Amino acid sequence: MDSLVEQIERGTLWQFPGGVHPPQQKSLSNQHPIARLPLPDKIVLPLKQHIGANGQLLVNKGDKVLKGQALTKPSANWSLPVHAPTSGEILDVTPAPSAHPSALPELSIIIIPDGEDKWCELHPIADLASLTHGQLIDVLHNAGIAGMGGAGFPTYIKADSHQPIEYLIVNGVECEPYITADDLLMQEHAKEIVQGIEVMQQLLKPKRVLVGIEDNKPQAVAAMKQACEHNDTILVRAIPTKYPSGGEKQLIRVLTSKEVPSGGIPADIGVLVQNVGTLFAVSEAVYKGKPLIERVVTVTGNTIHKAQNVWALIGTEIKHLLDCQGFTPVAEQRVVMGGPMMGFTLPTVRIPVVKTTNCILAPDNQELAQPGDEKACIRCSACADACPQTLLPQQLQWFAKAKDFDKLEEYNLFDCIECGACSYVCPSEIPLVQYYRVAKAEIREQKLDQIKAERAKERFEARKERLEREQQERQNRHKRSAVTAAKPDAEKAKVADALERVKQKQGDKSAVQAAIERAKAKKAADGSLEPDNSEVALERAKRKEQARLYKEQKQNTQDSEQTADDKKDAVAAAIARAKAKKAAQQAEQTAPDEQANLEDAKPDPRKAAVAAAIARAKAKKAAQQSDEPEASVEPSQAQTDEHSAPRKAAVAAAIARAKAKKAAKQAEEAPSDTNAEAEQAPSDANAEAEQTPTDEHSDPRKAAVAAAIARAKAKKAAKQTEEAPSDTNAEAEQAPSDANAEAEQTPTDEHSDPRKAAVAAAIARAKAKKAAKQAEENAQDADSAPAPTEQQKATDNNDTSDNAPLTPEQKRQAAIKAAVAKAKAKKQAKEQEGNDPS
Amino acid sequence: MKLTMASSPHNHSHKNVSKLMLSVIAACIPGIIAQCYFFGFGVIVQLFIALISASVSEACMLKLRNRPIWPSLSDGSAWLTAVLLAVSIPPLAPWWVVVIGTIFAIAMVKQLYGGLGFNVFNPAMAAYVLLLISFPVQMTSWNAPTELLSQPISVADTLSLIFFAENGAGQSLISAMTSIDGTTMATPLDTVKTAVSQNLTVTEAMSGPQFGEYAGIGWMWVNLAFLAGGLFLLKTKVINWHIPVAMLSALAFCAAIGFIIAPGTHGGSIFHLLSGATMLGAFFIATDPVSASTTNRGRLIYGACIGVLVYVIRNYGGYPDAIAFAVLIMNMAVPLIDHYTQPRTYGHGAAK
Repeated sequence: MDSLVEQIERGTLWQFPGGVHPPQQKSLSNQHPIARLPLPDKIVLPLKQHIGANGQLLVNKGDKVLKGQALTKPSANWSLPVHAPTSGEILDVTPAPSAHPSALPELSIIIIPDGEDKWCELHPIADLASLTHGQLIDVLHNAGIAGMGGAGFPTYIKADSHQPIEYLIVNGVECEPYITADDLLMQEHAKEIVQGIEVMQQLLKPKRVLVGIEDNKPQAVAAMKQACEHNDTILVRAIPTKYPSGGEKQLIRVLTSKEVPSGGIPADIGVLVQNVGTLFAVSEAVYKGKPLIERVVTVTGNTIHKAQNVWALIGTEIKHLLDCQGFTPVAEQRVVMGGPMMGFTLPTVRIPVVKTTNCILAPDNQELAQPGDEKACIRCSACADACPQTLLPQQLQWFAKAKDFDKLEEYNLFDCIECGACSYVCPSEIPLVQYYRVAKAEIREQKLDQIKAERAKERFEARKERLEREQQERQNRHKRSAVTAAKPDAEKAKVADALERVKQKQGDKSAVQAAIERAKAKKAADGSLEPDNSEVALERAKRKEQARLYKEQKQNTQDSEQTADDKKDAVAAAIARAKAKKAAQQAEQTAPDEQANLEDAKPDPRKAAVAAAIARAKAKKAAQQSDEPEASVEPSQAQTDEHSAPRKAAVAAAIARAKAKKAAKQAEEAPSDTNAEAEQAPSDANAEAEQTPTDEHSDPRKAAVAAAIARAKAKKAAKQTEEAPSDTNAEAEQAPSDANAEAEQTPTDEHSDPRKAAVAAAIARAKAKKAAKQAEENAQDADSAPAPTEQQKATDNNDTSDNAPLTPEQKRQAAIKAAVAKAKAKKQAKEQEGNDPS
Repeated sequence: MKLTMASSPHNHSHKNVSKLMLSVIAACIPGIIAQCYFFGFGVIVQLFIALISASVSEACMLKLRNRPIWPSLSDGSAWLTAVLLAVSIPPLAPWWVVVIGTIFAIAMVKQLYGGLGFNVFNPAMAAYVLLLISFPVQMTSWNAPTELLSQPISVADTLSLIFFAENGAGQSLISAMTSIDGTTMATPLDTVKTAVSQNLTVTEAMSGPQFGEYAGIGWMWVNLAFLAGGLFLLKTKVINWHIPVAMLSALAFCAAIGFIIAPGTHGGSIFHLLSGATMLGAFFIATDPVSASTTNRGRLIYGACIGVLVYVIRNYGGYPDAIAFAVLIMNMAVPLIDHYTQPRTYGHGAAK
């Protein structure tokens, strides 16, 4: 058995399975030499004409440019410059319909030619050997050369392959019917193409260069053979005419018997494919210094009077090409960019020629019939017989219709090259390729979503881990600081006093509240946490009644108040609610319950002050959650924002103390709410206690901001609480305020100003949690101060305190994490905004 | 200017389902002519009855299913089913046999599964099996080849027998046939099977008047005519070679082995290839795209299994011929075969 190289040398060709033989129709356009078009009136030059990124704009509206002048500067990852195809003035830089099936606008430079067609200074390279590899790559890069066969992959990237290249394959196959651009280019410019090949040889050092040309182009084959006679490493091969032998994978198989691994690139098997047009552009760039500003385009089809190949400036509108060649549209005229098998129809002729445009096909309805109606698949498998990739198009079609994405991947949907052979042969005229395109897009989308979800999960787990670690640290801290815990009782006493006042004032209120008050008093008296069930039932009934009333009232006033007042109401109600909760918790906490101790007891005095203030914020959030349940998303983001170095908590505490005073006042102003919440508070306390650790460590700056916001709102709230007392009760009933449950509620639909709401809610919630806890602590401290030992015991298990000093290392880490978390939260908020369907 | 948008490819091979179905029907013509020549005009009458019932039942079912009638009816698949069933049943069977069969094939086997492309079983063969099980007498009463008859059955007698179950003289099919020539009306396969069960050798069985050198008189030529039609289908690429080749080789191979081991009780390869519905089954029945395997390797397996099953049932089963049973059994195995015969996609696995 000969080696592969020997077989190739001998001219052995291989077969690829499948393939079809559509009518060639090439003689329409290959009978005339390539023509030069008159300058168009307008050039529309999209910044991005290839796979990769835009370059950076170098010119502005109104600038005069010369032919060949670079208009964009390539930046990182695969970006290519574009050049002025002729001299003229830049009319505008604006989005214009792109050369894509969707014609979605793409940022484009509009140039009005001045008619002089004056070149800028060119720098041809006299001696190729004097250039280093890098310099040569730069020449290709700066000339803006992208693959001209179809995909538009930046040539400099390919030419800079880091994998060893055994075979450089030159694609002159042009298997699509109608198109003759490469055919004519090879006939007229074989010499330049071979020069381009030799540039590539210098760059890639391949063992052999194989030029593949379909045997329906004998003149091109002869021209190429003649042009490379001097170089015996270049082998010109006429290959059997069969669509799609010009597909990269198929051509590699035909010329070398190799197969590109699925998901891989040809370089993986030591092969690199370049189109003849690209190599011509390479030669122009190197030997003449000309950037890629024009290309050969086949203008053909039965509606074109003079079908032939033309040199079209990149950026010339299709209309200009059609007008120059003469065009009589028929009914239901299609204008296809590309060939009849893989080209796409254009929605308008006001679309520019780009670097990958090889053909403009304007067929009438006889030569290319309009597609008929899709009929039932009879499983004849003609598609499988035609598939050059040996897929099972028929099975794929069933799976695509059923949206069975797993099966689609199992049957290698992503190996489909969309050549259209299956659709071409399908007796039922099923648009198979279209089904695959849609399915591919859907799968890609689904995968993106999965990646997002995974990232979120990672974040969540990282956070959980961190919280556990911090908890551990805190517990250690508590052990050390327990000795000093009992000291600041005086402050707690003050808070307790305030609470007492609240309770007294409650006495003035309605009979309902009086009843509740009595219940409270009882509880306080016998120091039991057990709620009196009859009382509770009574409360609940009343709250429900109030809720109903409130709803009605709200309904009535909605129209007038909706825009501005809704939010205020909500805030107010929420604040009231938070206070109520706090108060309730305080009341409950007066009895030292074993569990309550474990979860809630916080001997840290500073927190007591912080607590009250935070409660307000939380309330606000709660209100938003119940009034606009959509808003409840943010807490989860907020939580990530809030952890940071512990010393910051001290700052926050100071601010909070100030608020605590206010809170106390406000608590007095909303006595009924307090009671309303009383029943739920215990459960809240427990539920939230579990979450609290996350929120404890506040960024000081944020805390400050939040405090300010909270204060302002608190004032407003205080007023409004009185205006809408029943509101709170309503919410108490509606929103079981389990923080977790709410946090999980839909992140998607936010009514108004989602970003702001998100931030506010986040801040508020963090504080609210603290507040709730600390309020409890307060009460407890006040009552149970005489028994500090017991408290200390509780503290050891407590997971909420945040004051013990951290090592500098830990602080730094915490700070970094906080910053990261903040950024993420912001992003997330933005995403939500983006996703928001409203 | 308003341009029309379409998705690629913008060209089409102009093949369509109707053309495919009609060319298969056209390929049946040699076989039908041979049947007419050897077994009388009954088959033509059966064809017309079948075509009419198929069209009517297809139209009714489409109407019931709220589908457009003409686009589906004109695809020709119902007519093809009718033709295949009509050539499978005895030419002088009563009219209601073919009517029941066709309605069952179209309404139950095809339309109730979702119409063309969705049926699991080959409609013609499912109907054939239904008829064979439900009306064994009528379904096994093949008239003897015309050349054995002292006087050919006239067109009037044919019609009378089919529609009124008696000929012009008031005789039933059985008595009419008996009175004409006194031979049994079993098919060659049936005759051989019966003979073997009576401890006669195949050679003895085949010494009867209705046998030629290789197989039954008439049957051989009918099979050869269907072979010719099948080759036409292969040539025009309406069907792929895999199924017929696999099925015929498997049948011939099994028959050869049986003949070598026990020549007295087993017919040879040629006898099996040219008897019963072998060629019709290989080129027209088993190749039904909807109910056959869809991968090339799968088709080889599918065809070969049918061939083996045909041989096994012919020799050891309760029925003289076995194409229908073998095809239906393998129809059930198609999803499994397809699943395990997915071809290697370009760039996957064992590439050089």
